[in-house]
Amino acid sequence: MSFKEWFVKRSPLPEMWREHMAEYYAPKNFNIFYYAGSLLLLMVVLQFLSGFLVLAHYIPTAQGAYDSVYGIMYDVHYGWLMQYMHVDGVSLIFVLLYVHMARGMLYGSYRSPRELVWIIGYTTYLAFMAEAFFGYVLPYSNLSYWAGTVITSLLKSIPFIGGWVTTLVRGGPGMSGDTLERFMALHVTLVFLVIVGLIVFHILYLHKVGSNNPDGIEIKANKGPDGHPVDGIPFHPYYSVKDLFGFGVWLIIFGAIIFYAPTFHHIFLERTMSTPANPLKSLPDVTPPWYLSPFYAMLRSIPNKTAGILLMVFAVLVPFVLPWLDRNPVKSTRYRPVTRILLIIFFINFFVLAYLGEQPPLPKYFFVERLGAFIYVAFFLLLPFVSKFEPTRTPPARVRFHAH
Amino acid sequence: MKKYVVWAGMALGLFAGSASGAFADDGPQLLTPHYTYNAKTIISGARLFATNCMACHSIKFMRYEFLTHDLGISRADVQKDIMLPTGSTFKDNMISAMPTQMAHKWFGLPPPDLSQMVRYKGQDWVYTYLLSFYQDPKRPSGWNNHVFPNVAMPDVLAPYGGIVNEHGKLLRAGDESPQKFKEQVTDIVAFLRFVSDPSVVQRHDDGPWVLGLLAFFTIVAYFLKKEYWKEVK
Repeated sequence: MSFKEWFVKRSPLPEMWREHMAEYYAPKNFNIFYYAGSLLLLMVVLQFLSGFLVLAHYIPTAQGAYDSVYGIMYDVHYGWLMQYMHVDGVSLIFVLLYVHMARGMLYGSYRSPRELVWIIGYTTYLAFMAEAFFGYVLPYSNLSYWAGTVITSLLKSIPFIGGWVTTLVRGGPGMSGDTLERFMALHVTLVFLVIVGLIVFHILYLHKVGSNNPDGIEIKANKGPDGHPVDGIPFHPYYSVKDLFGFGVWLIIFGAIIFYAPTFHHIFLERTMSTPANPLKSLPDVTPPWYLSPFYAMLRSIPNKTAGILLMVFAVLVPFVLPWLDRNPVKSTRYRPVTRILLIIFFINFFVLAYLGEQPPLPKYFFVERLGAFIYVAFFLLLPFVSKFEPTRTPPARVRFHAH
Repeated sequence: MKKYVVWAGMALGLFAGSASGAFADDGPQLLTPHYTYNAKTIISGARLFATNCMACHSIKFMRYEFLTHDLGISRADVQKDIMLPTGSTFKDNMISAMPTQMAHKWFGLPPPDLSQMVRYKGQDWVYTYLLSFYQDPKRPSGWNNHVFPNVAMPDVLAPYGGIVNEHGKLLRAGDESPQKFKEQVTDIVAFLRFVSDPSVVQRHDDGPWVLGLLAFFTIVAYFLKKEYWKEVK
């Protein structure tokens, strides 16, 4: 008995490899948007590596945190590389998350039978938000301090137990070294493990029902004599080599940012991150990082705090029911021009909200902010009716694919 | 009648103010320093910084050895021109000689650490700030600043740039021509920009290699992908 036979008899790995790689049949007509998924996996691994390295030098105390973070930048060999990887990686993960979700919305990937794939994926996005927020507070810069204060104070509006919850989360009446300790624990263990677990489930649930494609038709409906979809190709080697190429292009972009524009014009690394926490010196306008600012703009568009929070919570949670809001039998917006236009308006509106959320709270922005919040909410409320009555074109029986 | 004119003017001003951002940081238009960001500029700035700024301001994250490693200043020059005569070593952080207690006594608050100042305020701000001092007899130090009103810092660069009053009228000319003085301030800003991120040297040295290697990998991956995908009809 060779070693290989001995091993295969005892290991589940060969079977898993076949199920998820070598014999997982994916549609052959994936376009450029489909790189985002594998790139996200790559980025999570890179965040883990860079995070592990910066954690090895980090001190979670009110006195030591800021200096230890800058100690990494100045004193640790290639510390700047670890740190810029970790900081810029966050923004790039959110770029990919938004591309990944936009692709799912464009081609109806959230539709039956993939509702659970969408829900698990969207939960992962929320977990990434939490992970980013906790990480944001850890350097204990003045931005960390005030952003942490503002975000944790949102919890105060929970009825009855709000004050108690806020104190519990902060580890005291205000932000302090205790907050850093618990945020580090959350950032490094709990939320990170939740993200990893959710990603595993996201992929398992996807592979159970099979991947969607830009034409939004089920390739499993058309199987060849070998029992495999005629429009499907094994993930390995076809998509594994394709994703390898995607990794290369993406790492060039990532590298160019790290080596030549690490702060990305202070969008990825804000200016107020460069001054230590000071409880006596509040920032004139605390704005969240760009990837959370659309929701912040919506929160701010209503002058009443509780109502603003309710709107924001609604805006964050409403995509969960997206699979049931869409009632058209056609999935892909390639064959639904009206929904496609609405979606493009929705995406542009999201960008506008992101921009507005970064601006100081000036009256001149109020109208556009409210309009943006209205468009965001209106899209989800209109979708059931639009999708029911919109004109559609008939999708093709086979996926559209031009051999290279 | 006059009263109505004043009211109308105030209302208009309020309207114009809110339209142009009344809550935003009102201050003079910031100037942009123009220079080539290279070792020569930074080293010149380092010397000016050591002579004029480091008596009060620390750059606590920097170590003297970074100046020799990253910028290529010789150890003898660093020892002679930049190190404080208080017995620093090359491993030491660049901390000012001013005791914090004394700083409190003299200025009301200790001069801020400048390690991250350019990251925090931006180089345009630092440049304009250094050029915006004017004589103000109402202030305890005798100085005030257009960009940072009522700042505790006196204009230590006045001997080079000269003294102006609030409206920009030259009271006493400096030792340097206005052109030369602006160049000196620019050099200090360039040095502080370097201090706020000394990794720039290593990043720009390693960048082409890393990106080149990745480009090579990408090209190989591209042809590998092309080869496999030939079979997909």
